[in-house]
Order: sequence, then C-alpha cells, then structure tokens
Amino acid sequence: MDRSIYLDNHATTKLDPRVLDAMIPYFTENYGNASSRNHSYGWKAEEGVDQARTDVAALIKADPKEIVFTSGMTESDNLAIKGIAEMYREKGNHLIAVETDIRSLLDPLHSLERHGFTLTIIPVDSKGRVDPGKVREAIRPETILVCMMAVNHEIGTIQPLEEIGRITREKGVLLHVNASYAAGVMPIDVNRMNIDLLSMNAHLIYGPKGVGALYVRRKNPRVRLTAQIDGGGHERGLRSGTLNTPGIVGMGMACRILRENWDQEIRFLRGLRDKLENGILEELDYVSINGDVENRSPAVSNLSFAFVEGEALLMGLKEIALSSGSACTSSTLEPSYVLRALGVGTDLAHSSIRFSVGRFNTEEEIAYSVRRVKEAVNRLRDMSPLYEMAKEGIDLKTVQWNSH
Amino acid sequence: MAYSDKVIDHYNNPRNMGSFEKTEDNVGTGIVGAPECGDVMKLQLKINDAGVIEEAKFKTFGCGSAIASSSLATEWVKGKTIEEALQIKNTDIVQELNLPPVKIHCSVLAEDAIKGAINDYKTKKGQKENVQA
Repeated sequence: MDRSIYLDNHATTKLDPRVLDAMIPYFTENYGNASSRNHSYGWKAEEGVDQARTDVAALIKADPKEIVFTSGMTESDNLAIKGIAEMYREKGNHLIAVETDIRSLLDPLHSLERHGFTLTIIPVDSKGRVDPGKVREAIRPETILVCMMAVNHEIGTIQPLEEIGRITREKGVLLHVNASYAAGVMPIDVNRMNIDLLSMNAHLIYGPKGVGALYVRRKNPRVRLTAQIDGGGHERGLRSGTLNTPGIVGMGMACRILRENWDQEIRFLRGLRDKLENGILEELDYVSINGDVENRSPAVSNLSFAFVEGEALLMGLKEIALSSGSACTSSTLEPSYVLRALGVGTDLAHSSIRFSVGRFNTEEEIAYSVRRVKEAVNRLRDMSPLYEMAKEGIDLKTVQWNSH
Repeated sequence: MAYSDKVIDHYNNPRNMGSFEKTEDNVGTGIVGAPECGDVMKLQLKINDAGVIEEAKFKTFGCGSAIASSSLATEWVKGKTIEEALQIKNTDIVQELNLPPVKIHCSVLAEDAIKGAINDYKTKKGQKENVQA
C-alpha cells in the first residue's frame, strides 16, 4: 500500500467528487447571497439552496420547509436543545438523554442544568441499547424533551427509535434525534418514527465540513424554537447569518447521492465491515465486539483486543487511519465513557479500536488491514506481561495491582 | 499525538524485551501499574553477587511511551550497581524521551519498576540469608 488507508469514517469522510463538482459553480459563478432578492446572482444562489433543502428533506422523509441549515451537528444539537429549553420553559424544566450520547448532546444539556433545568440520563444495556420502558419511566409531568443518538458514534448501536417515538408522542414530550452517524446507513422517516427534531452533518456523508441541518417539525405538533443566533433573520428566523451556499449545495448533493444508491451502498458497506470484522476474529483470539451485532450500523466495528493497549496498537498501524474510542477524548487518558457505560471493563476499554468503513474503501484495503492488525496485535501481545500471565493461567482479576 | 523519534525507535526496536524465570535466585521482578489504568510494566533484573545488574528484561502493556520508558530503563540499568540503578529518576527518562506532560506517569512507572525489581531481589536474598543463618 503506497498511501494510508482511511478507516476512520466516523471521524469524517472524504468529500465525494460529485459533491465537489456540484459545489464549485457556487464559488466561482453563482456566488451571490441567497438572501439577495434583486438580482440573478441572488436568485441562482437561492435556487441552489432550495434544491438542497429538498434533497436533505427527502432523505429523512420531511418537508423542505422543516429544514434549517446550520454549521454542523454541534450547532444543530445546541439549537435544538437550548432552543426548546428556552421556548418551553413555562411548560417544564426536565430533560432526558442517554448515557452514551455524544458530547454535542450531553454538553448543552449539562449547560442547561446550570440554568435551572434538571437532567435524567438513561443507562444503556451491555450492547448500548436503551430500553424504551426506561424512557417511559423517566418521563415526568415537567419533562419537555428526550434526546438521543440514532446511531452511536463509537460503537454504532442503533436505538429503538420507533418504540421510543411512540412513547414520547403519547406523553406529549418532544424527541430530538442526532442522526449524524445514521443518515448514511439507516432509513429514517421522521413521521413514522415520531421524531420532532433531528440533527445531521454533511461531512459524515461525503459532503463538506462546516455545514449541517436541523429538522424542526412543522405540524402534529408544530415545534417552536428560540433562535440561538440573532441577526438578519435567515432560515425563518431560526438561524441568522448569510447562508453557506456552496456548503449547503454540497450537503444536498451528498443526500441525493445516498438516496439514489441506497441499497447498493448499504450492501457494500456491510460487506466491507463484515469482511474486516470476521477476518480479524478468525485470525486472533481474545477479541470482543463492542456494541449490538443485531442492531448496528453496517459501517462500524468496535473491537477490544485484550492484553494490548489501544494507543500502542494505533502506533503499530500507523499507515491505517483509525480511532481508539472517540477522537474528541483521545487526547486524555480516560478510557471511552461509551464503553464504560456498556459495562466493558476499564482494561478492555483501553484496548478498544473503532474501525469505520466508507464509500471509498476497497476490498484490497480491508484484506491488507486484517493482515496488519493481526501482525501488530501479535507483536504487542508478545510484549505484554498480561498476555504472558493469561497464558500461564493466571486470572488477571485476582491479581493485586500496585496502581497509582 | 506526535511521538518523539526516540519513543518511536524504542517502540519499533524494543531493547531487552522478554522474561527471565521469576523463580531464579538472582532475578528480581518488579510489576507495576494496573490494567484498569492502561499500563502494566514488568521489569526483571539479573543481579550478580557483587550487586551489579548484569542483564535486564521487560514486558509492558501500555502506550508507546510506556513501552519506550521501560525499554530505556533496561538499557540504563545494565552494568550499574543496585545503588546506581536506584539513582535513576523518572525526570531523566522524561528528558531522554521528550515525553509530553500527559505521559509523565509512564516514566514514573519505569522508575517504580526498577525499585520494585531491586526490592524483590533484596527480599529474595534476605530470605535466603535468613534460611542459611
């Protein structure tokens, strides 16, 4: 392999060349401000944005009028959570989220806790799934919002959204779903699933960075939000600021490509992921899968390699781009909070690697990666005192460690 | 995280990786750290009757910096007397390997592993002498 293999598609994806082609004219020729109503430059930009709005809405079976363009998932989550909290404060001050949610959901919620809101965090089972019954139990008269991820960023577990949506609708509580990691791998229907707000990111579906969308339900019920960025009143007053036309056009094209090749793409991703995962499991012992193999994104495999530390393993696989847990937390020494929530031992959490495949990976890259993972793990196990002890029949759980 | 060239060199070419028989009289074994913390180092020293460390071996579960710290420790202790080896400070390892602040604990573990191995050796010797007396 003469270049690095990219297996970190949950961190970001490569821009699809078709997306880039769609974007370029909006930099070079149609560079008008989509809000300029008095000349063709503005009209052209607006047409591009309208088409994109239609394409984004179609992917999640929404109405184009329900799409608000933002700068990405983090902004969409912040707008949804803070916007709902502010608008519905009279109704109640209780919010619900899931233990394994991404920080763009959890951090705005924690920030609201400092402003008089209370938060219930629902635990997950050992596969990372939420029991819908626990959502029902957590809802109180003063609950206004339930938040969760459709597909988890680290382990790819898919939540039972339809069942949860039925509960939140029945209880009259709003449901906000972060679908950033789901949009390209699982069919979403905001009406069938009773989703009220939904955040998406372009750069996780082969679109550009710096653009995302928030779906805000317009009827049954009509969801109202307090804007978090004030200014010229763009996006029906929900998100002021000149529209990022090239980015938005790119996001629209990314959604259209997904929709047009849906079945084929899902089959392709699943094929690569399974080849990778099965290959590794066949070649190595003491490897465990983190997540829910029955309800999982076809693009992700999160594996723990016992007796080997994740960061050291990445160092031995430097020509393969991978993550050990979440990229956001890898600068700290703390093992993944997602894996700990599943009850994965801290030792195995330290030994975990996230493989995320994408549209531009090849079978050849996967075969090479399996070989290299096997070599690197075996090399580090030779070097590992834990592997040596396990081979001698020592139960590592009974050892008295002198830790710091 | 970008590793220093020296850390990468020790990671790719670990010095004195392996094990001695723990039961040998002249071998001291130090095992420090815990799997839950993401680092376990095993350092073994073969010490002669004059108190000189003749050979050293390590095995480490941990990040590249932990592997490099223990690999370096085996290089440094070889040929030293017990007293000289006890003078090796974690800060020397930090300096030699250019470890960033978040990896300083790796160097602390390596220093502790040296001390642990020497203690184990001394305990073994002491017990033997006690038995003989």
